[in-house]
This record gives sequence, structure tokens and C-alpha cells, in this order.
Amino acid sequence: MKKRFEIFRYNPETDKKPYFKSYEVEVYEGMTLLDALNYIRWEIDGTLTYRRSCRSAICGSCAMKINGRTYLACKTQVIKDIKSDHIKVEPLPGYEIIKDLVVDMDNFFDKLKRTKPYHITHKAPPEKERLQSPEDFKFINEAADCILCGACVSACPSSWAGKDYLGPAALLKAYKFCADTRDEGADERLAIVNDKNGVWRCHYTANCMDACPKDIKITDYIARLRNMLVQNKL
Amino acid sequence: MEFEKIYHKYDVIIVGSGLAGERAALAAASSNLKTAVITKVYPTRSHSGGAQGGISAAIGNVDAEDNLETHMWDTVKGSDFLGDQDAIELFVEESIKTIYEYEHMGVPFSRLPNGKIAQRAFGGHTYRRACYSADKTGHVLLHTLYEQCVKHQVSFYNEFLVLSLMITDGQASGVVAWDLRNGGFHIFRTKAVLFATGGYGRAYKVTSNALSNTGDGLATVLEAGLPVEDLEFVQFHPTGYYRQGILVTEGARGEGGHLLNGEGERFMKKYAPEKMELGPRDLVARSIWTEILEGRGINGKDYVHIDLTHLGAEKIMERLPQIRDLAISFVGVDPIKAPIPIQPTAHYSMGGIPTNKRGEVVIDAQNSVMPGFYAAGEAACVSIHGANRLGTNSLQEASTFGRIAGNNMTEFARKTDFLPVDEEAVKRAEEKVKRLFENDGKTHHYHYKKELQETMYNKVWIFRNDKDLKEALSTVSSLEEDFLKNVRIDDKGLLFNLDMQEALEVHNLLTFSKIIIAGALNRKESRGAHFRTDFPKRDDKNWTKHTLAWRTPDGKTKFDYKPVVITKYQPTERKY
Repeated sequence: MKKRFEIFRYNPETDKKPYFKSYEVEVYEGMTLLDALNYIRWEIDGTLTYRRSCRSAICGSCAMKINGRTYLACKTQVIKDIKSDHIKVEPLPGYEIIKDLVVDMDNFFDKLKRTKPYHITHKAPPEKERLQSPEDFKFINEAADCILCGACVSACPSSWAGKDYLGPAALLKAYKFCADTRDEGADERLAIVNDKNGVWRCHYTANCMDACPKDIKITDYIARLRNMLVQNKL
Repeated sequence: MEFEKIYHKYDVIIVGSGLAGERAALAAASSNLKTAVITKVYPTRSHSGGAQGGISAAIGNVDAEDNLETHMWDTVKGSDFLGDQDAIELFVEESIKTIYEYEHMGVPFSRLPNGKIAQRAFGGHTYRRACYSADKTGHVLLHTLYEQCVKHQVSFYNEFLVLSLMITDGQASGVVAWDLRNGGFHIFRTKAVLFATGGYGRAYKVTSNALSNTGDGLATVLEAGLPVEDLEFVQFHPTGYYRQGILVTEGARGEGGHLLNGEGERFMKKYAPEKMELGPRDLVARSIWTEILEGRGINGKDYVHIDLTHLGAEKIMERLPQIRDLAISFVGVDPIKAPIPIQPTAHYSMGGIPTNKRGEVVIDAQNSVMPGFYAAGEAACVSIHGANRLGTNSLQEASTFGRIAGNNMTEFARKTDFLPVDEEAVKRAEEKVKRLFENDGKTHHYHYKKELQETMYNKVWIFRNDKDLKEALSTVSSLEEDFLKNVRIDDKGLLFNLDMQEALEVHNLLTFSKIIIAGALNRKESRGAHFRTDFPKRDDKNWTKHTLAWRTPDGKTKFDYKPVVITKYQPTERKY
């Protein structure tokens, strides 16, 4: 079976403006979109450029827009997951384009850094591990699944509208630390996210949850961050 | 064609942003040294994140009787007596500190009802000593180290490819790198450099490794005239998803998963009657491959099943959620309801850049140190793993020796000064890039990679023999020669040139794969992951020694050997 791939192309060194290029590929059961992109690059057109690494939905390199939806190329099967014979592939929306499907992630990582994204404690650690109940671990376990692929920010209307909005990924990271029973930096972090460009900019459209390839309930966690703020004030 | 050259100076330079690299960077940066990490990807995308099942340490949270002595013995026996016992002893001692340190950095570990870090069973380990975070252990360790590096203001050069190592007057003095995003050379001068460049699974057609795992550090070291150690020892992980080769964690067997052949038989009872599915990886991979070769794969094909159905939905969802998700996505099987089709997959490099137990790179059979040069993690060969690595010992090795090497390079950098640029190394880097831009070649680099990967899969796989290895050596030698003359890239731009990056990676694969093959051809015995059907027994008299291999200026391979360090345990028969 053949499918047609319409792929967004733009090389600022040579192209005046972006265009779509069409490739026809023989697809097979089990073939992922990343396999298809690799096939095109390796067998048809070596200039096609995108990011990729692990192939197993853990490194977060290959988020892109596939027939209108943001997803990981490595986790999308071209027969099982895409019914259409026509597959349109575009870069992750909402980011500046560097070349073809490669976008500039620097701003995404810079926002992450604004939320003090590291464990904070003031006490000297004990000799062995600090204790944490399995229930308390569950509060942070799902948030720790985040692979920083950027799909959530790409799908978030508040992020489109507000360039300075911290965005779902950075807020999720802030939640992970604030909800960790071992962490003592919640006050510092909550002060940062308590801002018009922090948790209050989220309008609960839940697009981020829909886009998340790890199925993390990001909007719920942003709501919990807000609850923490409200409770802190009471 | 002329390219821009930009110069930098850092107290220490780390190449690679996986666990070993980031841990070393943290050691240097938290001692207030000006520290830079150069990485091909973004630091959270390194392949340490792909490790799933756990990180070893005899902290005895589940099996209170666990102890350092047993961890050491398991590792020595697992290595098929090729691991250096002085290094292994240090490793098991320091591994406990590493775990508590990670916990103090905020790593989210799965917990026992009493609140301590949970531990699960893994192949070849006598006790349950794999500390884990569901089935994303490497991922949470990698992200936590990245967070700590952010906190300590490590400078990251993301999407830079290192092309050559600078050596000035016999001392490592920096690296030359290519800026993938913008094009152009960057020359990093430093007082101490550490290679944590990971493994080379991409030399094989079927591998659990990321597309980035092309062994760049090994090729770079060989081109600088330095040796590599024990490259013939390639670990084949027993359970990769059928066709893709992506990893199904050994934790799936640790939690009680069964391996079944086409007759529905738990065949491991024939090969490891006591340990069954929890035998060491070399043994389990050979057993699966034997079943396949003898026609007992599923429907006679080249795969078998791992069955988790009897574990129940709750345990699978709690302990192996990612495995379930990937099985549904990649092979269309829900492991709660049906067994997963799996096949062995090239997974890990036991060999690498030779180091001593301080993480210092050594350059001959007398263990002479090259000042200022360090290596850690999968790229290095300390040697903890010898001929076969135990699962969960790699995350531990990367972390522990990342710290040790990082501390030692910090100390070294404090008392040394910057050296002049090694112009030869700059020239080497320029030649590599210019060849690709200026060559009027006909053959796209992918064709060299494809043929290499097929050759390694067909002739340098789980079972090896003289005839296959000789053929493979001849094929790969011709590929390399042809590559230099006829390679073609389609993209000749400066901006994010992935085409050129992959061509440079293929060149790297060709450079060291020959040494894997030649080392395997020389080693006329079977030990750990290296199995010769024509020499099926271990030969302690002649082969209890490490292979050292150099690439000579005319592209030939030169060998030497150095003794294994044996302190406590004399080699004995290895049974599971």
C-alpha cells in the first residue's frame, strides 16, 4: 500500500518562503511516521530535516503536527493511527522555524528555567534516603513522565496569545516539585507562578492534555498549583 | 570552502549529556569551575533516558541480607571473569552513595510501603537490588541531573557534534566541534576533557539504541591515535520489540514475565534451570536465538514471546505502564491480554575508551595515563562489565564513574593551565567536513550504513565464526575505503544539516566497527556476549585478558593485550 506524504519544507538559506513537498511511500504494518520520514531522507531526498533520536517516545525530540494534530512521529503508526492515505506533516506550531520540521526550542527551555526547576531543601540530608509513602510518590509520578517534547505548549491557546506565558510544561515541572513531600521550595516557586503570565493565564481549555503524548493530565496539575496558592493565602 | 571558526575556553569540557556526562559536569560546576557540556542533542534527550528497569545498589531495602560482597560476586561472575575486580569492588561500594545522593537531589523513586526506595529483581543479581521509578528509571535520573546542572549553571552547547580531540604535548587540551544548528567550527580549549559519548548500537540493523548512538567518541579517540578496549563484547538484550528492536525492560522478567517459544514452552528451563528468565543477558539472548535457529520461534519465525498476562492488569499498570503503552503503539498488543513478540537486539557496548578506576584514560597495556583526558559511562571501559554486563549496572556505572571522573578532572583542572591549540586536530576536523561538502561522490551515505548494519547483523551477531568474521572484515574495510572516495551528501547548506551530520556518523561507525570485527576474529574463545561456534569454550589460559586496539595512520588495526585485574575471585565455571 502506498501513502502520500505532504511535508512542510523551508530552508531559509535557499527558499524565499515555505512550501509543501509531496513524497509517495510504500507503507507497511508497524511503520511509524518516523520510519517514513527516515525512508524519505535515506532513499529519496537527503535534504529533508527533522529532529529524532530514541524512537521509543522517551527522548521528546520528534513532536510535530501530523494531519492537524500534534504528536510524536515515532509513536504514530502510518496505517493503524492514520486512516487517510494522505498524510500532512508540519513543524510544531507556535515555535520559530529553523528549517523544515526543526523548530527553535530555546525559548521553551528558558521558560522552564524560570520556575526554579530543581529540588530545593534547606535541611542537611540524612545518611540514607528520606522516606516517602507510595501514595505521596503517586502525586509526583505522573508529572515526572514529562519528556519536554513541547507538544503541550504548541497546542495551548494561552501560549499562542501570550509570548511571556510560562506555559503548561514549565507549570507542570513547577507542580512536580511543589507536590513533592521532600521539597521545601514550594513558596519560592509558587511566588513565581502566581503571576498573570503564570497559572492565572491558563484557561483550562485542556488542549495540552489532548496533545500530550504521555497522556499527562497537565490541566489538572495546573489547577492543583492554583489550589496550593489559594490555600497558602488562607 | 572556508568555514567560520569560533574559539572558547572552559576549565572543563564534557562531551555527551547522558548520566555520565551530566554527573561529571555537576561535579565540576558545583566546585565552581567554568564547565561546558557539548551534546549532539538537547540534554534531556540523551539515551540514558531510554533505560527503564532500574539502577543497582546493595542497599537491602527488600532483601535485607543483600551485601557488597554479593553484588561484587554477581558482577564478576556476570562479566564472565573479564571485569577488573579492583574497579568492581570500588563500584559496588560507591554505588550505595550514588543512590542516596540521587534521592537527595529529588529523584522520584518508586517506594515500599515503609517509605524506603523500592527494589526489584534483575537478571544475574542474587538479590532484589534494582532501585527503580516505575519503568522510566533512566528518564527520571537524566531529568534530575539536568535540573541540577541548570541549578549549578553548567553551560550547554546543544546540537554540537565533536569532530576531533585536541592533544598538545601529550596532554588532552580540548575538542573541535561542528555547530549543527548554524554551521561552523567551534574550538574548545580546556584544562580537562571528559568523553561520555555513549554506545554504538547503530552499527547493527536491529538495536534498542537511539538513532544518535553512533559511537562518535570511540571513532574520535581512534583518530587521535589512542586505543579502545574490548570492543568485541557487544551486549544483545534478550527482549526487543519484534522488528523495531526497541527495548522491553528486563524489569518485565524481574516482575515475573515468562519467555515462551512457538510451542508455548518456557524454554529457559533447558538453559538456566535455576534462574530461568532471570539468567544473565548473554545466556538468555543465546537461548532465544537458539530456539529461533532451531525453528521454535513463533510460527517458525524469528521471534518468541514474553508473556506478562499472568501478572494481572494492576501490577502491569503500576510497574510497567510504559511497556504496555509502547507494546500497544508499536506491535499492537496489549500485554494485559496477550504476550508480546520479542527478539534479541543490539543493546550495549561493554568495551570502550580504556580508563583506570579514577576515570582517567589509559593509553597502553601498562595503563599509562593521558593527562587531562577522562571517560565515563558506556563510552568508557573501566572495566566493570567485562564480557557481559548485568542489567541495572549501567545506570549505576554511568552515575558512579561520572562522579568519580568528574571529581578527579576537577582536581586536575585546578592545578593545570590551558595549552595551545592542537592544529593537527583542527585540520582533521576540517578535512572531514570539507570532504563531504566538496566530494563529487555518487553514493549517498545511507547506503554505507545500511550495508554495514546488515553485515554486522548477519555476521557479527550472537553466534560468530571464523568464516563470517573474515567476510565481515573484508566487507567493512571496502566500505570504508569506498566511503572516503565516493560518499555523497544531498544537503550542502550550513543550517541544521542533518544530512551531513549523519554522514559524519556513518564515517564514525565504519571507523570502529572494523575493530569490533577484528577483535572478535582474534579472540578464539567464547566468553560472555562473545560466542564463537568454532571455539565454544572459555579459554582462561590464553584469553583472560583485555583487548586493546589502535588504528594506525594507514587505516590498519594494531592489537595489544593487558591482564585482567583479579583480586578476590579466580575464574570458575559459570552456571545459572
